[in-house]
Amino acid sequence: MVRLNAHNLAIRRNGRDIVSSVSFQLSGGTALIITGPNGAGKSTLLRAMAGLLPFAGGTIELIRNTTDDQQADDRPLFEHCHYVGHASGVKPSLSVEENLALWHDLMDPVDWPSDTSSGMPQHNHSTMDVETVLDHIGLSHIADFPASYLSEGQTQRLSLARLLVTQRPIWLLDEPTAALDQASTKLVTDLMNTHLAKGGMILVATHIDLELSNRTALSLGAIGEPS
Amino acid sequence: MQSRSNTSDRKLHWARALLMRDIRLAIRVGGGTLIGVLFFTTVITIVPFGLGPDMKLLSVIAPGILWIGALLACLLGLDRLLQSDHDDGSLELMLMSGRPLELIILIKCLAHWLTTGLPLILATPILALFLNLDAAQLGAVLLSLLVGTPALTLIGMTGAAITVHLRRGGLLLAVLVLPLTIPILIFGVATVGAASDPLVPALTPFLALCGLSLLSLAIAPVAAAFSLRVLQH
Repeated sequence: MVRLNAHNLAIRRNGRDIVSSVSFQLSGGTALIITGPNGAGKSTLLRAMAGLLPFAGGTIELIRNTTDDQQADDRPLFEHCHYVGHASGVKPSLSVEENLALWHDLMDPVDWPSDTSSGMPQHNHSTMDVETVLDHIGLSHIADFPASYLSEGQTQRLSLARLLVTQRPIWLLDEPTAALDQASTKLVTDLMNTHLAKGGMILVATHIDLELSNRTALSLGAIGEPS
Repeated sequence: MQSRSNTSDRKLHWARALLMRDIRLAIRVGGGTLIGVLFFTTVITIVPFGLGPDMKLLSVIAPGILWIGALLACLLGLDRLLQSDHDDGSLELMLMSGRPLELIILIKCLAHWLTTGLPLILATPILALFLNLDAAQLGAVLLSLLVGTPALTLIGMTGAAITVHLRRGGLLLAVLVLPLTIPILIFGVATVGAASDPLVPALTPFLALCGLSLLSLAIAPVAAAFSLRVLQH
């Protein structure tokens, strides 16, 4: 089982505290729903966890109760994470399949032990191939199309497909359903639930009520406001 | 265990994928590979019109003109190195990918050189006709460009990594990079001069140019990766 312990996190930008004294604990198979008004630091927190911003204070550590994978234990936290933010990372002049294939090859997968109930930890999160994922996410019929032909919602689905082509235990999702219709939202919720069922973790900033199987909440106040 | 041995078999598989992706991006519509060659061709073509039909003068200044044209054409393509990857979030994902950033940068430089520097070298023999360049000089120009243009890309990558987070950093990038490329230009042109002048030892400037290229190969990926890591905050 993997666990994530965050204690008293603070993130400062331009001398202002955007996020301060945030603590949470998350164990494998659980989602953390991050809510709060605009400017509360939801995206900032996710970006900092992705290694894209520095923490100004606090500690965050990933605990992997495994003895057999020293190499994975030594990796920095962000290499255990997938990050899907506002920028899609989709190249308009590449085809849908080529877009996804790059991340399949480039991102180094990180395995994690999924199951404690059966006694033996299992590592069976084999990386899915690109075709299967496109099929899964409902874009296989336009796999050869340039990504510039995609609608906003399809582009978002394509960037969420990155989560599946490489296995990593922690998903950092910033408004993953912003441009999606109801059916796609359902699809993404299902993907998230599957990830949780495998013992993964999800930190998601969202304004809508996602139907996730196992979740805790973190509410950020507008502490960035001058007091 | 199966998956692990499988991954070690394909240890550098990702490098090939990244290289092919960058090359594809460059040669497809909007990629900008043609822009550099077209610019180079235009500059070289108008020089004889500007200077008049003095064949002797043309052949004297030809190496310098070709090198300056190539240098400016390289500068023109530098903002393609990282800017679009930064704008659409791909660069962040590369930082998170768990692969050595120095190697990612080196691969991006290779892809950029294959689609920017190499076409310039291929266009040079035709353009040399316009400038009345003889065969020995042409050979020296080609050799010096082959050694020198990778250094231009590598130095440009360092500048691109420093300016990538600035909006409209393109001009700053050119101003920043141009002074650093002057030694390459000097020894590039001197290589050609030495080839046709019996009084100068022919190899000296060429070896200096090789040294500069190797130096930038050693420093640029590390410097660019460092500035990307530090400046992303």
